[in-house]
Amino acid sequence: MLASSLAMLEAEPGSAVVISALDIVLWGVLPYVMVVVLVGGLLWRYKYDQFGWTTRSSQLYESRLLRIASPLFHFGLLAVIAGHFFGLVIPMAWTQAVGMSQEFYHFNALVVGGIAGVGTLGGILLLIYRRRTTGPVFMATTRNDKTMYVVLTAAIVFGLWTTLASVFEGEHGHNYRETVAPWFRSLFVFQPDLGAMAAAPFSFHLHTLVGMALFVIWPFTRLVHAFTAPFHYLFRPYIVYRSRDRDRDGNRAGAAAARSSGTAARRGWSAVGTRDRDTRNR
Amino acid sequence: MRVMAQMGMVMNLDKCIGCHTCSVTCKQAWTNRAGTEYVWFNNVETRPGQGYPRRYEDQDKWRGGWVLNKRGKLVLKAGGRVKKLFGIFASPVQPELKDYYEPWTYDYKTLVDAPLGDDFPVARPKSLITGEDTKITWSANWDDDLGGSAEYGHLDPIVEKVRRESEDKIKFAYEQTFMFYLPRICEHCLNPSCMASCPSGAIYKRVEDGIVLVDQDKCRGWRQCITGCPYKKIYFNHKTGKAEKCTFCYPRVEVGLPTVCSETCVGRLRYLGLFLYDADAVTAAAAVTDPQELYDAQMDVLLDPNDPAVRAEARAQGIPEDWIDAARRSPVYALAKVYKVALPLHPEYRTMPMVWYVPPLSPVVDLLRDQGHDGEDVGNLFGAIDALRIPVEYLAELFTAGDADRVTTVLKKLAAMRSYMRGITMGNDPDDSIPEAVGMDGQTMYEMYRLMAIAKYEERYVIPKAHVEQAHDLEEMGCSLDFEGGPGMQDSSPFGEASGRPVPVAVETFNALRDRQTSDEAPGETTLRGRVNLLNWDGTGAPPGLFPEKAFVPEKQAAPAPPPAPAPSSRPGEQP
Repeated sequence: MLASSLAMLEAEPGSAVVISALDIVLWGVLPYVMVVVLVGGLLWRYKYDQFGWTTRSSQLYESRLLRIASPLFHFGLLAVIAGHFFGLVIPMAWTQAVGMSQEFYHFNALVVGGIAGVGTLGGILLLIYRRRTTGPVFMATTRNDKTMYVVLTAAIVFGLWTTLASVFEGEHGHNYRETVAPWFRSLFVFQPDLGAMAAAPFSFHLHTLVGMALFVIWPFTRLVHAFTAPFHYLFRPYIVYRSRDRDRDGNRAGAAAARSSGTAARRGWSAVGTRDRDTRNR
Repeated sequence: MRVMAQMGMVMNLDKCIGCHTCSVTCKQAWTNRAGTEYVWFNNVETRPGQGYPRRYEDQDKWRGGWVLNKRGKLVLKAGGRVKKLFGIFASPVQPELKDYYEPWTYDYKTLVDAPLGDDFPVARPKSLITGEDTKITWSANWDDDLGGSAEYGHLDPIVEKVRRESEDKIKFAYEQTFMFYLPRICEHCLNPSCMASCPSGAIYKRVEDGIVLVDQDKCRGWRQCITGCPYKKIYFNHKTGKAEKCTFCYPRVEVGLPTVCSETCVGRLRYLGLFLYDADAVTAAAAVTDPQELYDAQMDVLLDPNDPAVRAEARAQGIPEDWIDAARRSPVYALAKVYKVALPLHPEYRTMPMVWYVPPLSPVVDLLRDQGHDGEDVGNLFGAIDALRIPVEYLAELFTAGDADRVTTVLKKLAAMRSYMRGITMGNDPDDSIPEAVGMDGQTMYEMYRLMAIAKYEERYVIPKAHVEQAHDLEEMGCSLDFEGGPGMQDSSPFGEASGRPVPVAVETFNALRDRQTSDEAPGETTLRGRVNLLNWDGTGAPPGLFPEKAFVPEKQAAPAPPPAPAPSSRPGEQP
C-alpha cells in the first residue's frame, strides 16, 4: 500500500509525503465512522421512525418557484452523483484501456460536471430563497432543516470549487483520479490508501470532509427520503390489496379454489413491494 | 370469478338540506389537527358550484382518474409510471392551498385583553398557516346556497360543459335557479387511481371490506395520489408530510357502527352496506370504450348475493357467512342494483366509485309547486322531468357521464313512488299502473318506499362486524398479541414508549365498545378508567381522577361509583 502511494506521490512533486496522525484519523478512521453512523442511523430510523420518513414537501404552500427549482436541483444532483461514480469508482486505467485520453476525460468531466454542479447549486439557492421568503414555507422549516441546508450547500459549493479550480488550472490541475479515487476504492477493501488522499489538495480534503458530514447527518434529516426512492413503482401492480391472512402471493388464506383455478396471482392483483406489518411480525 | 366484499354508501340527495353536520362531525373526529386545518374528508357542496377544491372536476387541468389510450388500454390520465417518476420532484398538477382555501381562526384574545379605549376591539382573522393577519377570500363551502353564484356560477366545470352543449340554457337569474347539495367523501373505488399513482405503494385496499386507506408509515410524501384522485379526496397533511384520506370510519365500521357522517346525518340520507363484486372483472369493466356504458359495466361487476352460485363462490373464497348474509340484506345493493335509483359519481373517471347517489327530484317538485301545479301528480311530474332538460343534463354530467335518459329514468321512478304512495296514503286503491309505467311492480315499489322514506336505522345500516377473532389484526396489521395488556406487549422499546408501533386503534375501539355494551355502570366509568371527563368539569377544584392515581387505593374501589359528572357544588374541601 505504502509503496503504491509513494509511487503516486512521485507524480505529485511538491505535495506533502508525510502521513500525519491527522491523516489517519481523517482518511482512515472517519470514513468508517461515517458509514457506521449512516447505516446504523438509517436502520434505526427505518425501524423506529417510519412515520417521519417523508419528503416533507412544501408544494402545498408554494408551487411556482418549486416547479423550477426542485427539478433543477434534483436532476442536477442525480448527474452529480453519476459524475462521482465515474470519477471515483472507475479506475483511470479502465478509461485509458478503452482509449479515452486524459484530456478528453477531463474535458467531459468539467463540462458535464460543471453544468450539473451549477444547476444543483442554482437549484438549491433558489430553493433556499423560496424557503426564506415564502412565509408558510419558512414557518415549516425546522432547525434540523437549516443545519441540513448549511451542510448540503457547503458540500455542493466546495465540490464545485474543486471542479472550477481545475478549469482555471488547466493542464496543471490536480488529477483526483490519482489521489482521491484510489483512496475511495481502497476504503472498500479495508486498506485505506492514506498517502494518496493526503496528497490531494486542500479543496478536495474540504469537500470530502463536508461530504462525510453530510452522510453522517443524512439519516437524521429529511434527506432520508432519497433512500426510499420509489423505483419499485415501475414494477409493482397498480392496485394494492392488503389482508390480515395473506400468503406471499397476496392470496387470502382459504382461497384455495381461487388458487387452483389460477386466477389469483394475476398481474395487477398480487402483492407489492411494501410488506405488511403482519408478515413482519409472524 | 373472484368474489370480494366492498363496503359502500348511498346518499339520497333529495333529503340533504345542506346543514354540514356530516362535515363538522367528520372534521371533529378525523381532521381536527394541525396540518389538516384545510382538510375535509367529508364536505358538502352546493351544486351548481365550483366544489372543493375549486373546480376539481376540471380534469383537463387536474388530470385525475383514468383514460383509455389509443390502444384502448386503461392508463392514468396524469401519465404512466415513468412519467410520474420523472415528475416526482415537483408534482406537476398538484392543487395548492389557494385552490382549497387558507384556513384561519380569529384573534379572540383581543376581545378580552384589549386595553380600554374609544374603539371596540375586534377579533381579526388570522391565518392558521402563517399566523399573520389574513383576508378571508374563500373556504370549503364559500358558494354555499349559491352564494356568489351570479358572479362565480359560470366557473362550475359542469355548467361550462352543459352550457357549451345547450347554448346558455343554465341561467343564474335568481328566480330560475335550481340547486341541490352534494355531500362528498372518498369513493373507496374498485379501481382507485390514487392507489395506482402512489409510487410508494402506501395506499391499499382492504381485502376484507374494500376500504381504501393510506399506510402512514409507508407514505413518503411523493404527492402523486393527490393528482391521481379525480375527486381530490386525498389530502396532504402539511405538518406530517403524509397523504391522508377518508377512512370510511373503519374503527367504527369494524364493530358494526355506521360512519360518523352517516350516524350524525340529520336527514338520515346515508345508507351503508355491502356489495359483493367480481374483482377479476373490474379492470375490463373500467376499460369499456363508451363512457356512458361505464354505468352498465359497473353494474355487471356487482354480483347478486341472492344467486346461490355467487354465495357458494364467496364462501369458497373465505368470506364469512354473516357477511354473505349482510350482503343479501344490503340497502346499498338494493338501491344501486335492484331498484336502480342510485348512480355513481362521475363514472367517466373510470375508477368504479363505491359511494352512490340517488339524484334529487326536489328541484322538479319545487318548480311544479311554485308554478301552482300538483307536485305529487305522476302526470305532472313525468311531464316536468321531460321538460326540465337543464337540471337533468346537469345531473347527467354528474352521475351518468352525460346520459340524460338514465337520469330521467331514475327521476321518474322517484316521481312514481311519490305519486303511488300518495294514492295509498289518501286511502285510494293502489294504482299499479304507476309502478308499471317505470317498469316496477307495486310490491317492489312499496319496499323501495320503505327503504327510502321510512328508512329505519337497522335498514339503512347493515354493517357486518369484523370477526372478533380477526379484529385485532384488521387495521394496523399488527401482531395480535401486541396491544396494551396483551401478552406480547412490551412496556417500552429501547427508544422510549412513543417509538415503535402504535396500539391498534381497532382493538381499542373494539374493547371500548364491548365494555360499554356489557357494562352495568354508566358510560364513562369503565371506559374512562377512573379519569375525569373534562367536558363535565366546572373548572373548580380537582375532582377525583383529574390526575392519575399515585398508588392503588383500596377504599376507593369499595366505595359506590361516583356520578359520571362532578356535581356543580363539589369543591375541593368536600372531597373525602
